[in-house]
Amino acid sequence: MQIDLATPGGLALSLLPEIFLVLWGCLVLLVAAWKHSEENATDLVGRISLVGLLGTLAVVWWMWVGDWTAGEFAAMMALDNFRYATSSVFIIASILAVAMSFGYLGRERILIPEYYALMLFGTAGMMFMGGGADLIVIFIGLELMSVCIYVLAGINRRSVFSAEAALKYFLLGAFASAFFLYGIALIYGATGTTNLALIDFQIAASGLNDSVMIMLGVAFLLVGFGFKVGAVPFHMWAPDVYDGSPTPVTAYMATAVKAAGFAALFRILLHGFGNSLEIWQTGVWWLAAITMVLGNLFALAQRNLKRMLAYSSIGHAGYLLVAVASGGAMGASAFIFYIVAYTLMTVGSFTVLSVIGRNGERDVKIDDLSGLASKHPWMAFAMLVFMLSLLGFPGTAGFMGKWYILAAVLKADQLSLAVVLVVASVISAGFYLPVVMAMYMKPTTDADSHRNAITSGAAKWVVIGTALALLVFGVWPNRLADVSANGADNFRQVSPITTPLSTPGAE
Amino acid sequence: MLLGPSLIVSAVLFSLGVAGVLLRRNAIIIFMCVELMLNAVNLSFIAFAQQLGPEGHVIVFFVMAVAAAEAAVGLAIIISIYRFKETVNLQNINLLKG
Repeated sequence: MQIDLATPGGLALSLLPEIFLVLWGCLVLLVAAWKHSEENATDLVGRISLVGLLGTLAVVWWMWVGDWTAGEFAAMMALDNFRYATSSVFIIASILAVAMSFGYLGRERILIPEYYALMLFGTAGMMFMGGGADLIVIFIGLELMSVCIYVLAGINRRSVFSAEAALKYFLLGAFASAFFLYGIALIYGATGTTNLALIDFQIAASGLNDSVMIMLGVAFLLVGFGFKVGAVPFHMWAPDVYDGSPTPVTAYMATAVKAAGFAALFRILLHGFGNSLEIWQTGVWWLAAITMVLGNLFALAQRNLKRMLAYSSIGHAGYLLVAVASGGAMGASAFIFYIVAYTLMTVGSFTVLSVIGRNGERDVKIDDLSGLASKHPWMAFAMLVFMLSLLGFPGTAGFMGKWYILAAVLKADQLSLAVVLVVASVISAGFYLPVVMAMYMKPTTDADSHRNAITSGAAKWVVIGTALALLVFGVWPNRLADVSANGADNFRQVSPITTPLSTPGAE
Repeated sequence: MLLGPSLIVSAVLFSLGVAGVLLRRNAIIIFMCVELMLNAVNLSFIAFAQQLGPEGHVIVFFVMAVAAAEAAVGLAIIISIYRFKETVNLQNINLLKG
């Protein structure tokens, strides 16, 4: 369907999922305010939020199936498959995070119904990041998301760890946003526009390939994104913040927030600088290589399960950066496949952690999982699937994801990066396999260990669903691979635009 | 026009903000330095808008709104940690490490 963005109706249609989600978020906020004092208000609000997220997913898929486009038009929001695909990833990650929060919030006495409203608004911000075709829209989306996550990190007001996590995330997040904004200012100054398609056109038309301002601008953008996705050397906040936040929020940060950062990074680099790869490819190459190697090496030293998963998510940011560095439609399609697999395995492993541990799960050591296989065989099996998938073991979706990333990066003739990726994966066996060994080969330390582990409720279904999906996508990846390739469709034509695009409202 | 000098002032202010964030240990002062960075960027946008048309001015308003929202949340977070620790000095806020 062709949408006419010059009319208000067309504009509203192009923003349909975001409008729906934000209105639903306001509704959730009203219900939260109205029912605030009631005992089970949190659960009620959570269920309403779940319905809203499912509704938004339906709207996004309706637009995707209907193939809504806007033609050659320099709009603020893109109407393309990449937006639909990434929006779906954010919404699915949020659905999983909301589902794993159900039992958790009651157990940890975090009876704050606004929690779910913040998740909805944060998801709306992510959708603006993945769909924005203008640097300012992406910036506003980034801030909308970040402000919600700052609050979510500190949502447990009785925990000093949660407060410290929120403070650290806030200070470094705001610092990173300022860098991001300075990058936008420099690019705006050099090209005279913040629209990605027009930036691409201006760089080609005015020969700005070696302009210092563009170089600096892109470098600042990369610093800003490096902080947001937790790439080494901008990762130092990540382990502390992931450690101190409530576990569902950690899962949300490690999956949805990271996915949003990468979606916006792909959008900016491939749409705004798609014909001038030489500006950014070297920078991303180094970022990816350092992040993969150091992220996995740091994780080796961890004995605490939550911190180990935090460092593992830094290593995975490195793998995703490899997909960015390959710089083409194949990289984007590998990114979509990998981020789906990564979301499933990360949310799954954090959910297992959240049902085993107590009080923020900060004290669960890897050795505390000893004997889990004999007490809770199915939970241990699911954890085995998550760990093998994170490692990239054949038969799991994690393996297929890494395979597609390797294929993309080899196609882009970057053999060295592929070698680093394989070496980093080998290193990562050093901290994923001890979890499996503890569960299956060590006896329980004492008789009543794991007696607290909850094996019912929404968390159980999250674990079952994610583990099953990982196995299914690992054995039959074709369907998901087709969808990912379809989602990366709009990066396929890389020929420079030769005619200026029309701007809405321009005479 | 004043483009060159404005950009230099903006870059200097931004660098001062970065230096402040990296060197100071008081959460409030770090937060002030972040605000300084944002306003330095605003100055750049205004300077560019002189040459490039009104888009830059519009962006500045967005940035100011975002900075205000961030300030509200940030100060609330600083208060919540002050209730636990009775300090906002980051040297004493170091429970999470390793």
